Amino acid sequence: MNLLTPDPGLLFWMVLSFLIVFFLLAKYGFPIIVDAINKRKEFIETSLVSAKEANERLATIKEEGEKLLAEAKAQQKEIISAAMQEKQKILLAAQDEARTSAQQIVDDAAARIAAEKEKALREVRSEVATLAIDIAEKVLSEKMSSSAEQKKAIERMIEKL
Amino acid sequence: MKKTLYILFLVLLCSVSLPSRAAEEEGGIDVSELIFEHLGDSYEWHIAKSCVIHLPCILIDKGGITTFMSSQIEHGQEYKGYHIAAEGSYAGKIVNEQGERPFDISITKNVLELFIVCAILLSVFLGLARWYKKNGYKKAPGGFVGAMEVLVGFVEKDVIKSSIGHGYQKFLYYLLTVFFFILTCNLMGLLPIFPGGANVTGNIAVPLTLAISAFIAINFFAPKGYYKSIFWPEVPLFLKVFPLMPTIEFVGVFTKPFSLTVRLFANILAGHVVILSLSSLVLELLVAFIQAYVFTMLTATFIGIAQSE
Repeated sequence: MNLLTPDPGLLFWMVLSFLIVFFLLAKYGFPIIVDAINKRKEFIETSLVSAKEANERLATIKEEGEKLLAEAKAQQKEIISAAMQEKQKILLAAQDEARTSAQQIVDDAAARIAAEKEKALREVRSEVATLAIDIAEKVLSEKMSSSAEQKKAIERMIEKL
Repeated sequence: MKKTLYILFLVLLCSVSLPSRAAEEEGGIDVSELIFEHLGDSYEWHIAKSCVIHLPCILIDKGGITTFMSSQIEHGQEYKGYHIAAEGSYAGKIVNEQGERPFDISITKNVLELFIVCAILLSVFLGLARWYKKNGYKKAPGGFVGAMEVLVGFVEKDVIKSSIGHGYQKFLYYLLTVFFFILTCNLMGLLPIFPGGANVTGNIAVPLTLAISAFIAINFFAPKGYYKSIFWPEVPLFLKVFPLMPTIEFVGVFTKPFSLTVRLFANILAGHVVILSLSSLVLELLVAFIQAYVFTMLTATFIGIAQSE
């Protein structure tokens, strides 16, 4: 059986070439390849983990942001309503003040008008009195011939007033 | 890409199946003779009918080293006192005038194929290592490098690591070399034309060498417990004093690599017979991979058993 007896020549070359290939690959080939493959596996795993962490952090940040936004909105609402109330209060106070001051002005004006009126009446009255006295003097000082003349004179005097 | 592969496959199929059919129709040439010619070794490489590569013959005899090209003794002529024996136990081999066989380290067809396989292995894996050196591990490889990475990762994790377990790194590079050596040899054997087609792993010398290296890896790197389990196993005393179990265990040490040899050799040989007579290339592609896988996994398993004891 030719096939079953190992040929020494082929055996020799096989041992030689297998040893050479083995030493070359075990020194310069496979260590680098296996190392790179394992490092990449590790790299991918750590990348996945860190990506997951980043995602989680992003989710919490988003949540926090939403919470902050809601808080801000509530605060804004509060401030606005407080401002509205303040405004209402100020408006009412201003109205009140305006009303009282207007009343006062009106009252003052009325008082002054009354006083002026009083004064004018008093002046008119004193004037009339003096005029009456003047007229009486004139009537008395002038000689009056007739009642018709007298009447005319009086009318003239009145006219002069 | 798929289409190209398909066409290539068809061409392969045709070129494999044609010679045997043609031979049958001519009626002059026996198919089995053709098969055995392919399975055996030869001093030249027939590429086509008129294209033959003559290979150098290197012979070491009493007188020293003799070298010449195989074309000198192609048709049975004698050259420098050597010729190819036509019959007898050395039929087809170079013998001297007395009909004795010198130490023949000629570069035969199988040896040349062996060199081609070595060259492919070295260029592929040293090239791969250079790629990683240049690009670092953070860059994702594509194409061939990516495919090889997947294969190397598969062999490392699913074949070697899972079989040996703890401390597998010591045998990692050896087993990777064995796997890719067998795989490349098997695949090259499937190519119908030069530079493939030689029956390297189907020649007993190659699996034998691999099995001897497996024997060394299993037995010479084993912890002390391994030898204790062979020569003084934990069985009832009468089985040890009358050394039944140690004998069985000791025989087992040698049957393991022997089974590795026979399995690879017989499978690839049978595969080549099948491919030549039935031309079922798909099956053979599977066998080429499975045998590399099985040889590596069994070696790893044997090492794992030895290491754990």
